[in-house]
Amino acid sequence: MDTSRLQHTFAAVFIFVIAVVVAWISFYQEPADAFLFPRLISVFFAGLAAWNLVRAVAGMAKVGDGMSADTFLKILPGLVIAFVYVFFAARFLGFYLSSWVTFLLLYTLYDPLSPVNVQGWVKRIIVTTCFMVVMYGLFALLLKVQTPRGIWF
Amino acid sequence: MEFLAYFGGVFEPLSLLLLIGGTVGGLILGATPGLSPTMAVALLIPFTFHLSPTQGLILLGAAYTSTVAGGAVSAILLKIPGAPANIATSLDGNAMAKNGEGARALHLSFLSSGIGGVTGVMLLIFLTPVLASWALEFGPSELFWISILGVTVIGSLDSKSFVKGLLSGCIGLWLSTIGYDDNLGVPRFIFSDSLTGGINIIAALIGLFAIPQVLDMFSKGRQSRDIEQIEVPKHPISKSVGELRRSGRALSIGTIIGSIIGLIPGVGGQIAGLVAYDQSRKFSSQREKFGTGHGEGVIAAESANNAMVGPSLVPLLTLSIPGSPTAAVLLGGLLIHGIFPGSDLFEKHPDVAWTFINSMLIGQILMVIFGIYTAAWAARIARAPMPIMAAAVMVLALFGSYSVQQSMGDVYIMLSLGIGMYFLEKFGFSAAPLVLGLILGPIAEANFIQGSLIANAQNGPFEYFMTGTLNVLLITLVVVSIAYSFWSNMIQGRTSTLAEEAG
Repeated sequence: MDTSRLQHTFAAVFIFVIAVVVAWISFYQEPADAFLFPRLISVFFAGLAAWNLVRAVAGMAKVGDGMSADTFLKILPGLVIAFVYVFFAARFLGFYLSSWVTFLLLYTLYDPLSPVNVQGWVKRIIVTTCFMVVMYGLFALLLKVQTPRGIWF
Repeated sequence: MEFLAYFGGVFEPLSLLLLIGGTVGGLILGATPGLSPTMAVALLIPFTFHLSPTQGLILLGAAYTSTVAGGAVSAILLKIPGAPANIATSLDGNAMAKNGEGARALHLSFLSSGIGGVTGVMLLIFLTPVLASWALEFGPSELFWISILGVTVIGSLDSKSFVKGLLSGCIGLWLSTIGYDDNLGVPRFIFSDSLTGGINIIAALIGLFAIPQVLDMFSKGRQSRDIEQIEVPKHPISKSVGELRRSGRALSIGTIIGSIIGLIPGVGGQIAGLVAYDQSRKFSSQREKFGTGHGEGVIAAESANNAMVGPSLVPLLTLSIPGSPTAAVLLGGLLIHGIFPGSDLFEKHPDVAWTFINSMLIGQILMVIFGIYTAAWAARIARAPMPIMAAAVMVLALFGSYSVQQSMGDVYIMLSLGIGMYFLEKFGFSAAPLVLGLILGPIAEANFIQGSLIANAQNGPFEYFMTGTLNVLLITLVVVSIAYSFWSNMIQGRTSTLAEEAG
């Protein structure tokens, strides 16, 4: 089985498992009246997921390029930063400080300029700070959104 | 001519400011490769939450109109279409820019966008009340089928694989049931505390449309964009107007094709632009010039992709079926203000509906004016490095999703859905049907429950939901949309197999 077919099969199995869990919960949870609509959906959901799985196993699922190891390795650092930013840093450090750090990290990580280039750092810090000033103006001053301040800001 | 009575609302100071801001902002966002019109509108929704429904819709409508037109700037000057709708524009537009006629291409692009756009909005103005009065006859069973039709049409026509399109729709419908049941207060599918209040539509829209694009930008790694710098020498606007007048055939073909395609839910601007370009070439006496920097190519493509904007809102405003992914996001924008599209919209909120439509008409004219004079500036912003774009969208997504309910749960949902959607897209699933399922799910469920209660008091669910002219018509449309998609997938599959066999 080639990589693309294997990946499509894996994705189809994942969707199928979700569909089965949704159907199982819909049909076994009480009171039944509250699950009338989920039951209706889950029948089609499970049916389509099974059809998709059969097509993937048979090598007929050709739409979508799948995920290459190279692509995954390229997005992984950004994904980790985004994950830490949203699930931990935003609350712990405060929205504005964590956003400043995240912006700078993402910019540095994917900037074609070398990370040891001093001019590059100056430019990145200026761009990040300007962007955060705009964000502060928009959300804190204009829209008056109360964001978590965390340990700092 | 009811719409004429509501023109005043557009010229209120704040509304006009939002219209201008939305137009200029949309032109810049549209010109930026990697930022799609759908994502731009989704990121703007949190800002509308703090405005009145009319003002919020004016901002979203202006952004929708001008992002489509703004995409032509990068298509012409950088050969990178700002949105899929501008692919056909780059064919001749970039060749013109390379020949030192960038300003002429931009003039033709914005002028034809304006004419196509105004025609499309006029169609919206005259068709919407007719369809809306027809929608008055709809009861719970018809509204249930309308919601299902919305999901199946986008699911089957907007996706390359109809199985995956419909599956995306089902996932969206299921996600819409998460949280406490509205009728009995029973918890459903609450696997985490963040899901207690259900899935907030705005957080979901931002996550599903913005995060996959951020990850897509990450996937390009540390590469720098090698963008050719093209000089844009000045060109008199009067000459461009004269050329547009002489290119009536390309303009008419683009406008008519765009208007018709816009009315068909799920087909979209990309198809409109390409079909209009192709037909214009076929009917042109100078067809050999197409692709070498011919003005008619730009005119046909741009008039078509903007002419589809107005008609794509006809099924949305009358039947709650969005004609495009961006229209689906607009539907979310309407629902968060408690406005349900359909007959009710023109009965209960005529001021909101007509002021919004009128603002789109004025927005087309503003888009031409600002487009012509800010194109060079927009192109400079379009050259902004990818990491800045990715980081900015990431931070905006966090602030936008948090600001709606001031809840971290919404932020977690936004990122989780976004990451999930990125991986699903890699396997051929698309966000539009999932969003439609999520938005239309509660409407479908409420009408299904209400219909079931009525059915139990009458002759049973089968007769209530499956009989009657309108029900049969809607069920037929559901079946036809699925069957058509199945058939076109089969043809496509057979063609690609033959192509593979032929080497």
